[in-house]
Amino acid sequence: MHGRVKVKSTAQQEEEKRKEREKKLKIYVTARDACFSKRKEGIWDDEALQLTQQLLSSNPDFATLWNYRREILMHLETVKDKDEVQKIYEAELLFLEACLKVNPKSYGSWHHRGWVSARLPRPDWTRELSLCDRCLSIDDRNFHCWDYRRVVVKMSGVPVDQELEFTDRLIGSNFSNYSSWHYRSTLLPLLHPESPEPPSPCHEPPQTSPPPSPQIHSHRVCEEQLLKEYELVQNAFFTDPNDQSAWFYYRWLLGRAEREEMISCVYVSRDEERVAVAFSRPVNAQLVGLMLVLDGQPQRVEWRSVHPRFKHSPVWICDLPPGTISDITNEHNLTVHWTEKHTHRDCALYTGRTESWCRDSATDQELFRSELSVEKTSVLQSELQSCNQLQELEPLNKWCLLTIILLMRALDPLGYEKETLAHFQTLKEVDSMRAAYYSDLCSKFMIENTILKMEYAEVRVFSMSDKNLTTLCHLDQLLLVTHINLSCNQLQRLPPQFAMLQCLEVLEADNNAIESLEGVYHLPKLEEVLLKNNNISTLADLQPLATCPKLKRLDLRGNPVTQTANIESELAELLPSVTDLLL
Amino acid sequence: MAAEDLPSEFDIVILGTGLAESVVAAACSRVGQRVLHLDRRSHYAANWASFTFNGLLTWIQEHHEESQPEELQDWSSLLEEGEELIYLNPSDSASIRNLQVFCFTSEKDEEEEAQSAVPPSTTEEEKGEAADDTVDETESADPKEEESEEKPEETAAGQEGQGAQTAGEGPEVDQSHPSVAQSQSEPTRKKISYAQLVKEGRRFNIDLVSKLMYSRGSLVDLLIKSNVSRYAEFKNVTRILTYRHGNVEQVPCSRADVFASRQLSVVEKRKLMRFLTSCVEETEEQQAFTGRPYLDFLRDQQLGDNLQHFLLHSIAMVTEDTPTEVGLASTRHFLRCLGRYGNTPFLFPVYGLGEIPQCFCRMCAVFGGIYCLRHSVHCLLVDKDSNRCKAVIDSRGQRISCNHFVVEDGYVEANRKNVATPTRFISRAVLITDASVLPSGSDQHVSMVTVPPIAAGSPAVKMVELCPSSMTCMSGTYLVHLTCQSVGSSYQDLSPVVTKLFHTPESHDQEHRPSVLWCLYFNMADGDGTQVQGHNLPSNVYLCSGPDADLGHDHAIRQAELIFQKILPEEDFCPPAPNPEDIIYDGDGTSFPEEEEKQEEELVEEQEVQTEE
Repeated sequence: MHGRVKVKSTAQQEEEKRKEREKKLKIYVTARDACFSKRKEGIWDDEALQLTQQLLSSNPDFATLWNYRREILMHLETVKDKDEVQKIYEAELLFLEACLKVNPKSYGSWHHRGWVSARLPRPDWTRELSLCDRCLSIDDRNFHCWDYRRVVVKMSGVPVDQELEFTDRLIGSNFSNYSSWHYRSTLLPLLHPESPEPPSPCHEPPQTSPPPSPQIHSHRVCEEQLLKEYELVQNAFFTDPNDQSAWFYYRWLLGRAEREEMISCVYVSRDEERVAVAFSRPVNAQLVGLMLVLDGQPQRVEWRSVHPRFKHSPVWICDLPPGTISDITNEHNLTVHWTEKHTHRDCALYTGRTESWCRDSATDQELFRSELSVEKTSVLQSELQSCNQLQELEPLNKWCLLTIILLMRALDPLGYEKETLAHFQTLKEVDSMRAAYYSDLCSKFMIENTILKMEYAEVRVFSMSDKNLTTLCHLDQLLLVTHINLSCNQLQRLPPQFAMLQCLEVLEADNNAIESLEGVYHLPKLEEVLLKNNNISTLADLQPLATCPKLKRLDLRGNPVTQTANIESELAELLPSVTDLLL
Repeated sequence: MAAEDLPSEFDIVILGTGLAESVVAAACSRVGQRVLHLDRRSHYAANWASFTFNGLLTWIQEHHEESQPEELQDWSSLLEEGEELIYLNPSDSASIRNLQVFCFTSEKDEEEEAQSAVPPSTTEEEKGEAADDTVDETESADPKEEESEEKPEETAAGQEGQGAQTAGEGPEVDQSHPSVAQSQSEPTRKKISYAQLVKEGRRFNIDLVSKLMYSRGSLVDLLIKSNVSRYAEFKNVTRILTYRHGNVEQVPCSRADVFASRQLSVVEKRKLMRFLTSCVEETEEQQAFTGRPYLDFLRDQQLGDNLQHFLLHSIAMVTEDTPTEVGLASTRHFLRCLGRYGNTPFLFPVYGLGEIPQCFCRMCAVFGGIYCLRHSVHCLLVDKDSNRCKAVIDSRGQRISCNHFVVEDGYVEANRKNVATPTRFISRAVLITDASVLPSGSDQHVSMVTVPPIAAGSPAVKMVELCPSSMTCMSGTYLVHLTCQSVGSSYQDLSPVVTKLFHTPESHDQEHRPSVLWCLYFNMADGDGTQVQGHNLPSNVYLCSGPDADLGHDHAIRQAELIFQKILPEEDFCPPAPNPEDIIYDGDGTSFPEEEEKQEEELVEEQEVQTEE
């Protein structure tokens, strides 16, 4: 048709583009080679500066060139006066801005900017801050920029309250922003530190208040501010309950202080002439300066973890020199010192007793509330109410359900057990991709509850049959248990941690899906192991049992291993102590 | 361009430079048609135009003057055998009426004149009746001064006698009673004087029609598809506001708004968000309400009064008796547009809406279209046998042959149009104010304000408040557009809303509201009802209507596409324009208009990419 605009064909355009690219490549390669040879010769001149600039503006991720450039700039610093250096670096900042426009996430450019800013004789931090703000307004998740911004804030001493306002602004424009929420969590404890005495106002300078009790970690926020934060974050998760960033921040707000590091239990057994020590967190006892004093005499003992797999473990054992405590008519006083933490625990072994222990019970320590807060019950109660309100509106929201479970655990783990189980059931249905995670979590909570119940009852029997357990945990808390019943669950293994059950005599684990007995390892008192209807398939799987010297009764009925040829004779050889074998 | 320079043969002649005509022009020119595009007026964009303050004053003046009907010349000498003539409407039609202008600020700077205001003058009839007006207790400024302040454009009222009807209820203040009462004066707020408005008049770009661009509306899609977007820049509308219980409130419509809202409880936030996300899909629950009012549906969803208000008036922008399916469709459109470019569904072109038709004209010119302003067509030459327009005779008596003729409906005699009878009108008001209706941290907001009917039978009013950074008003002022479907005259429809939302001489206890410095009321014919093909018009003559009352531009774009498809059924409508460097220029040196302004290129796409990342 006449008059129609003629446009180059695709092939023509391609051809032109190709030529263009070739030309560019040639220029690029020439410049690169020139740079390399100049650097080799140690030339630090303006031409080199220009060449690197030319290359870096098209490819800002060329680290070698940035290095060369820094060499040149450092050389110029030595030959120019201060004002000239200032000018050179200011030009460098402008150039960097152009590079960041090409690639706002270039490691090289951001790193170089940090380097330049630090060397600039008269830095203009306000400008840098506004550059960061501009970058973040374009992409509020650019972590390079977040990193650089932290440097700028630190160097220029931006007041904490201004930074908090900055996070307000970012969260206001889009609250799906982990960086901003996280930044908040670092700012709030600085701006509104928790006051140890409730009546004093929270802005009281920290130095006048007594040091926080060792139980409480300093990353805490005063209650007045906390309530405001609860409100803010509730606005976020009521607006969009499927956004996880707000929920994570909420978990942080509700989060409890870290537990004090201490020796939670010392156990001594006369028969084995052995001491077992439990810590509040896994440690490497060989490195932390652990000292055992028996009747006033420091002992040279070798600490070992309960299983060779563990370098760090919450439970450590040692054998006393033979004969030191074996006489039942003697009374002994034992102290374990954790010199690094200036803490210790005593334990007395009285005449006529074969064993003794000293410990804090899980109930005393409110141990299993550690997921959530030390807040007042009233605060948690009202948070639970809000979440329940949300759950009514959004019955299938997983974040809400999970938070409700956590709040219930913080408030009254045993009282809310039934509701908790029901919520877990819903969670597994609505979020089936993570059903196994919820099962494990549920197992953990049920174990915690059982430990609490056991301790209230002051018994050494841990019974959890038919509870859909998929995993075992908190085994360090079971150091003193003599009888454990795990029958009719969905366990697949008795993990190495199981070796922490140093007092165990009877293990009942019928009707699970256990394949591995790795953790039934060097249990000195273990006599009876019931493993009917499990998944043990080879003799090698039974190997760990050979380390338990007192094992007498073993039930392996309904396991594939029983089909092995010569099973009886093989077992007699492997486990000579077993007298009562059921196959 | 002189008449003798015009070629005598075109594929398409287009008369009128409104939006639909300009889009047709661009689309035709783009695919190689020879286009002649004319407009009788001295400005582009017809009733879609934007004016500087002074330009608007001239426009007002022109509309007050009796337009002189051009003498009908007899062009039969140019007739060829088998042809007949159709004369076009020789004068500007009555698309604008009931013009009324009020100035509530002082003529000169305050140093000279303290707080006195320019009295708005009125028509003869009105002056007589305004004596018992409410604003008697006013301080008189120097009457002589006022005499001199009489501006020709301040004489108001329509040509059709409608003005006389409004006179009784009017706010018009008698000359001897300058409008600003002493008690209302605020010495602290330095008012911008009329003289300053005139002096800074170039800063204004005042739209005759007030619309916004839906981010996923047909206009934005077309601008992107055709690359016409490169000719303009756009700003986000930053806030959706509404008038409720006597206050202007922000409507939380995006996720960020809902999160930040202080008016909503957390439960309301959840309910609102849930409604907004759930209504995107059709459900049986919704279908059960088909035919029943949307308001009933909202009530059924357990949404409180405030949420009902937001959803009905500000998001769906419908009335209480709108059926559910219409309300939902409108809500969905709003939501689809949300978040594409910002926190609201709307864009506004920097420098005003008048830019848009001009962008399309520019595209047309780039591809060879020829433009003449102050140049019209007097009559059409129609082949009797085929009933097709073969040629037109322009205002200089030249015969120009064409295959198709596209014309703004105002040029066509009423009896040849298919329009809704009686002609509907849009009520418009333009205010220059000194503050935002909802002051906030930033003073550079572009706000869309919905005002539900303030009394039974009153129209729902859409209001757009523009800030200086939209390049439509001088710094220190806001430009406010009010629009509604006419019930009465523009003044009757809109002044009650103005009185409630702003501080004017008639308002009471409203000092905290923004003051109106200057305002204009007028009615414009509603282009909604016009059909593309007219009565008794040749089959290759197509009518483009003027602006309609809707907030978006869909009507005009749809119309343009329809016309294009009738003219060139085989051709693509506005395919992407090639990059300038890809255009092959003829060896004979035919110069092509070079496309500059690279920095503006692909603005729309760029923004899109960012928001989708």
